[in-house]
Amino acid sequence: MDLTLVAQGLLSGLLFGGVTSLMAVGLTLIFGVMRVVNFAHGDMMVWGMYLAWMLSSRAGIDPYLGFVVCAAALFVLGLGVQRGLVDRILDAPHEMQILLMLGVALVLENAALVAFGPEPARVRSSLTLPPLWLGPLFVDVARLITFVIAIALTVLLGLFLFRTAFGRRIRAAADNPYGALVVGTDVRRVYAVAFGIGAACVGAAGALVAPILPFQPTTGLGLSVASFNIVIIGGMGSLLGAFLGGLIVSIAESLGAVFLAPSMKELVSFGLLIVILLFRPAGLFGKRAA
Amino acid sequence: MTWLGIAALGVLLALPAVVSSYVLTILIFIFFYAFLGQAWNVVGGYAGQLSVGHAAFLGVGAYASAVLAQEVGLSPWLGMFVGGALAGALGAVIGYLGFRFGLRGFYFVLLTVAFAEVCRIVVNNVEAVGGAVGFYITFTGDPRQFQFRDNRAWYYVTLVLMLAATGIVALIERRRFGVYLAAIREDESAAEALGVDTLRYKMLAMIVSSFLTGVGGTFYACYLLSLQPNAVFGIPLSVEIIIRPIVGGSGTLLGPILGSFILTPLAEVSRYYLGQGGWHGAHLIAYGVLLVAVVLFLPEGAYPRLVRLVRARKRA
Repeated sequence: MDLTLVAQGLLSGLLFGGVTSLMAVGLTLIFGVMRVVNFAHGDMMVWGMYLAWMLSSRAGIDPYLGFVVCAAALFVLGLGVQRGLVDRILDAPHEMQILLMLGVALVLENAALVAFGPEPARVRSSLTLPPLWLGPLFVDVARLITFVIAIALTVLLGLFLFRTAFGRRIRAAADNPYGALVVGTDVRRVYAVAFGIGAACVGAAGALVAPILPFQPTTGLGLSVASFNIVIIGGMGSLLGAFLGGLIVSIAESLGAVFLAPSMKELVSFGLLIVILLFRPAGLFGKRAA
Repeated sequence: MTWLGIAALGVLLALPAVVSSYVLTILIFIFFYAFLGQAWNVVGGYAGQLSVGHAAFLGVGAYASAVLAQEVGLSPWLGMFVGGALAGALGAVIGYLGFRFGLRGFYFVLLTVAFAEVCRIVVNNVEAVGGAVGFYITFTGDPRQFQFRDNRAWYYVTLVLMLAATGIVALIERRRFGVYLAAIREDESAAEALGVDTLRYKMLAMIVSSFLTGVGGTFYACYLLSLQPNAVFGIPLSVEIIIRPIVGGSGTLLGPILGSFILTPLAEVSRYYLGQGGWHGAHLIAYGVLLVAVVLFLPEGAYPRLVRLVRARKRA
């Protein structure tokens, strides 16, 4: 086995991991606060990609700027889904919540199919720079920019949650909604904002990954499943777990593509998932048991 | 109620004589999805263990009997039981891992999804069974090979499948097994405290359910004559399997059948008409909206609601 190849796999996995982390952080935020699993997560991300595509092809806005608009649009969508749908079934059995979100996922995926058709789309960034060379390893600049912005956004989100008053209210509502209500928090509003932020994460992640990854409406399902894997591996509801889990899974898949075959790289994360589910359902970095 | 059932059976038996071939095809799919829904109902409805990976059992059953028929020459009439047994074994593995390690709710959902996805990826990469290209069955039209030239024969095959599964579920419902499953669904800890061996009965439910689904795989293979890993093992098929019993009323005997009679024609007709206008995917939007509406307004399903309406009318 060629060592350069392995190092290259490690590096590209790490660079891709920034976006996967952002995506998983969004999912774990929604779960941590509302205890609802967003089955439409990947489909929301695909809408982020298509929005970036429209901005770039119609208005000439580069996805590395357009991601702000995509995040804002997805924030509104997430807020609407929480206010209009999820709010009504917060106390329903898990099964009902899963089915509701599956319904939302079906609507989002197929609305994209009707609007944009089944052919794969790709966004071209105007920032096409030659790859950088680190000794024998090459660094794709698009991936590097995507990685840097995604990590910056994740850090910003962390600062918001841990350093601002509203962030504290979100964490309070996640820890103990009743207690938060008692001390005068508008929990419904906190929930709506939390779902909005979770969706905004994939809005931005979708726009950022659009120049790297060709996509089509059916891409969403795989992304949803990938984010579930990551948050379970990292620990459901744990922000740090989702962040590190995203990097770990991305690197593991990238190495899997080197050692097995590119079409079998997902096998690595599913294998990891099954092992984690059985032996440490609380995840690598989670505290709460299943 | 008995008379109503006999009358309905009579109508179903006589139907192929009067309806067109197109309607017959829709009815075949109604029965087949009702059968799959009924199979899922055992573990998903009665035992309350939400599996979103049932496509794996259908796929294992379909591939097993198709490969045995093409490569070894084993008739699918026997192959369907081999496929069922393999699917049942897979169900036993998934069930044991899930139940033994106490995975509930979302965790169990993900375990079933993960196994189905692993099957999909593996089959996509096994060239011996066609890999990503898929596996094809030669059409002979020989009834001994579980192939029929006449759609009416397929009609009766799927009718028998649906009635057999419903008979099995009726049997389960009336026995102690069914009561135990309901107890597990309603409150697992309480059931355990009362001495119900919950692991054993959940396992049994899973094995019966996956065995039946695997048997259905043989129909899928022999009727459609081509197996694509992404279609047969995919999550969308699992969603198709669970949506009918849930809309009809999961954990009820007639819910899956009612659900299939509501949804299958809706899917076929809207696929046909909306697809003609280039609106691919529009029928799945309708599906999604329906799923959301059922959760919000009809969480117990259509059949229980129907029963209550009929009873209220009788009393009035």
